[in-house]
Amino acid sequence: MITLIKRPTPSKGWSYATPVVAVLATMVAGGLLFAALGKNPVEAIRVIFWDPLFGANAAYFRSQLLVKAAPLILIASGLAVGFRAGIWNIGAEGQYIIGAICGAAVALSVYPAESAWLFPAMVIAGALGGLLWGMIPALLKTLFGTSEILVSLMLVYVAQNLLAYVAFGPLKNPQGYGFPGSRNLQQYPSAHNPELIAGTGAHWGVMAAIVAVIALYILMHRHIAGFRIRVAGEAPRAARFAGVVPARLVVFCLGLSGALAGLAGLFEVSGPSGQITDSFNAGYGFTAIIVAFLGRLHPLGILLAGLLMALTYIGGDMAQLILQLPAAAIQVFQGMLLFFLLGFDVLTNYRIRIGGARA
Amino acid sequence: MMGGIDIIVLIATLMAASTPVLLAATGELVAEKSGVLNLGVEGMMIMGAVGGFAVATATGSPVLGFAAGAVAGALLALLFAVLTQIFLSNQVATGLALTLFGLGLSALIGKGYEGVRPPPTAKLEFGPLADIPVLGPILFSHDWVVYASLVLVALTWAVLKYTRAGLILRAVGESHDAAHALGYRVVAVRFAALAYGGALAGMGGAYLSLVRVPQWTEGMTAGAGWIALAIVVFASWRAERVLIGAYLFGGITALQLQLQAAGYAIPVHLLSMAPYVITIIVLVILSAAHRHGVAAAPAALGRSFHASN
Repeated sequence: MITLIKRPTPSKGWSYATPVVAVLATMVAGGLLFAALGKNPVEAIRVIFWDPLFGANAAYFRSQLLVKAAPLILIASGLAVGFRAGIWNIGAEGQYIIGAICGAAVALSVYPAESAWLFPAMVIAGALGGLLWGMIPALLKTLFGTSEILVSLMLVYVAQNLLAYVAFGPLKNPQGYGFPGSRNLQQYPSAHNPELIAGTGAHWGVMAAIVAVIALYILMHRHIAGFRIRVAGEAPRAARFAGVVPARLVVFCLGLSGALAGLAGLFEVSGPSGQITDSFNAGYGFTAIIVAFLGRLHPLGILLAGLLMALTYIGGDMAQLILQLPAAAIQVFQGMLLFFLLGFDVLTNYRIRIGGARA
Repeated sequence: MMGGIDIIVLIATLMAASTPVLLAATGELVAEKSGVLNLGVEGMMIMGAVGGFAVATATGSPVLGFAAGAVAGALLALLFAVLTQIFLSNQVATGLALTLFGLGLSALIGKGYEGVRPPPTAKLEFGPLADIPVLGPILFSHDWVVYASLVLVALTWAVLKYTRAGLILRAVGESHDAAHALGYRVVAVRFAALAYGGALAGMGGAYLSLVRVPQWTEGMTAGAGWIALAIVVFASWRAERVLIGAYLFGGITALQLQLQAAGYAIPVHLLSMAPYVITIIVLVILSAAHRHGVAAAPAALGRSFHASN
């Protein structure tokens, strides 16, 4: 008989080891999945995890790594703060879309005027857009006690419809020959979010992601506010006695994660993506949830997890080209990773004893 | 007819439009009554949609399709049960993982089914009853799943309210420690409740792909599972109110589709937002009303159970 014995304090060793164990287990389970799809599992794993970094044309893929990782890290940094406090913003995808729409709208409304102030204005608009979209579940939660999980998620679908509406309507390119989608911001110098260092893929969003990781570290590990947030998540009653105002915490966490998701959307629409289309969002807001957990809600962990997730995106694209692996396979792979992580996490809080105690 | 909207057709469509969320919400109600918050309804629904579709097209039998949808949903729910009840993982995070995983896996399985038409689901024949004006088209014009979903809601309500099994389930959901001390097997009860919830969500998903749409497209549940979760909150965890909530939501969906068809000058995408916006508004009104009242949620909802505690 196998029994779980609760540890007096969570195991530090296992809390670092579980993400690694989960990644390895996912590779094995993923290999089985790929084998079931009739692909050589070893080759598939190599194409996804090895070739983008060290194979032929790796230079190009390495630059894509930063492009894909930046939005994930930016969003996950914001989500991690809320998850620590037990505030579940799962609508980052919606905040990402609204940030992109707001930022792009600022640029498109003054097109074709050139000004050095335009890009900063777009950044502010993007962050504000995400912030306001995140404020909706925050205010409903604080004023009426409505579940932030359901409201933030519902707002993703509202944002998606809004995105389709502006892509076909107000933001449509008047010179686009009737095709849906906005003007391409890559061809609008003042609004373009360019690659800052040639060949690295590093645009302003990458810089923002690095700043976010550092800021997250300072906030959560070097500042009293971070301590209060962690207490609020682990012992809500104790936190209230210590003077933490729950309503303020909800507003702060959802506002912060909303603003960061909005920023990620703005950097994407003005850079790698270039234009607002009805299918502009790529699910970063949801994948970032996996990144936050895989990174143990810790800044450094999120940085590494974001890069790893970006790698699975790029490797997944390659596997699609080379091995004709369906695009959805990589989505399954990412889902499995989260399962294994959550499952193995039991080892952090419990010891396993074989035999002995009655179940 | 009112402003280009046929009321009778609207009510008849409403019943069909509500069926997927009605099934999923009833299942989730049972899971939550046992004290487990499964946020993976969307994932279980879409697995039911693709599983049901695959089996129905392969066998030509929609009945087998619905059974397969239920099995697919239940299997995914059991995965959730293993993680949250045995490995004691966080229920919110695991539910999200279930949804992400289900969306991916369904897209993978569904490749090759796009553009295929499923075998039609039979409508029940009521003979002359269907010709009764007004009531005929509203009550006697549906396929068997619509009636089956109503029977399931009634059964769920009765079992929860009047049977010993229902009492044990609710006891586990209110206080797992007390139920454990009384000798009830908390984990086993929760496994059963989750599997039932998964099966119903799977059936609801199968109804989408086999009857409502009817075809398979990636991500076709489009938030229906999340709306089902909202309906459980709306219903204050009571089966009879789940029916009201689901039909209210179905009515909005049906009205929105009819407004689109009637050619009102409202952009399609703005109309498509309506069900989600209204769900939020209803949630707000409800939580405002409950603010100072008694909490309606099962007391142990979302908490992990470990016998050593």
